[in-house]
Amino acid sequence: MENQTGWPDQLFDVIKAAEIKQVGYVPDAGHARLIERCKADNDIRDVVLSTEEEGIALAAGAWLGGQRSALLMQSSGVGNCINMLSLIQACRFPFLTIITMRGEWAEFNPWQVPMSQAVEPSLAACGVKVYRVDDPDEVAETVEAAADLAFNSDLSVAVLLSQKMIGRKKWVK
Amino acid sequence: MLERRAAIACLMASRPKDLFVVPGLGSTTYDMASLGEKDQDFYLWGAMGGATMIGLGLALARPNVKVAVVTGDGEMLMGMGSLATVGVQRPPNLAIVVFDNQRYGETGMQASHTDRGVDLVAVARACGIAQTLEVQDQAGLEKLAGLLGGLKETLFARVRIKAENPPRVLPSRDGVELKLRFRKAVAAVG
Repeated sequence: MENQTGWPDQLFDVIKAAEIKQVGYVPDAGHARLIERCKADNDIRDVVLSTEEEGIALAAGAWLGGQRSALLMQSSGVGNCINMLSLIQACRFPFLTIITMRGEWAEFNPWQVPMSQAVEPSLAACGVKVYRVDDPDEVAETVEAAADLAFNSDLSVAVLLSQKMIGRKKWVK
Repeated sequence: MLERRAAIACLMASRPKDLFVVPGLGSTTYDMASLGEKDQDFYLWGAMGGATMIGLGLALARPNVKVAVVTGDGEMLMGMGSLATVGVQRPPNLAIVVFDNQRYGETGMQASHTDRGVDLVAVARACGIAQTLEVQDQAGLEKLAGLLGGLKETLFARVRIKAENPPRVLPSRDGVELKLRFRKAVAAVG
């Protein structure tokens, strides 16, 4: 976690302030700290998913029950979500996802690159508004704005956290 | 063998006011609509593989209501990983009922994996859902109806039904309308 300079904790505070009660996730290095904070919080139900699309249906169900939900995932997970996003658009569910990017900055694994490049156009094609953050000082404000837009305007919004900001993955320990 | 419309009618005959149903894409949506379109049912016209997770999100959000996902074998197969996710959460107010005709009814009755031996009850059990039920006959249906009425533990049930295509009964396809009226009905429980 040495390369994470406090923005995950700020992000957690934003999630709390936005009264998000269900957090769906597939384990992810970039989101590790935030996921730990969510798991430790008694007011947040952390739901570990077997694939990212489950988190979209989870968010729809939570909203039907009057709760707000967020989906944490990595850029590769966006590709698993495409058809399920039609549920969000057809019913105009509010939807918030926070995505850690791979395959775009000093990437070691070339298999991460194709989906990384497809993230923004795919989300846009599915009707999801996309914000991108490169500066750690802007993470909290951006996610706050994204949550407001999603839950107050019944829109789907994704925040992409750039790989440059998150830091390089260390492959050799 | 059980007929699907009679089976759904039996399961919902003594439906409590606090039971909300998420029917899956295809025949189970028509089955629920055959009982009359209701605010308490969130009919799916897409999102194949998502019915169980919608039910999970709802059940976790509202521990004071009962939630039944009623879906087909094909829809369940597409979201089989969600049984693992439910197995981790195990909300006591969630039931998953699979109407298994071993066919993809919507696309021409092609055989599904369950026709070739895939056992969804065994999958559910292996995922940590302890309360499971195999329903083959009227007595089994009545037992399942009773369990749905007094749901106290995550339940997975497979109802073996005849492969048939009864006349379609189509509920609203307007997702926004379905969402708003369902949400209002849940909120009304308090």
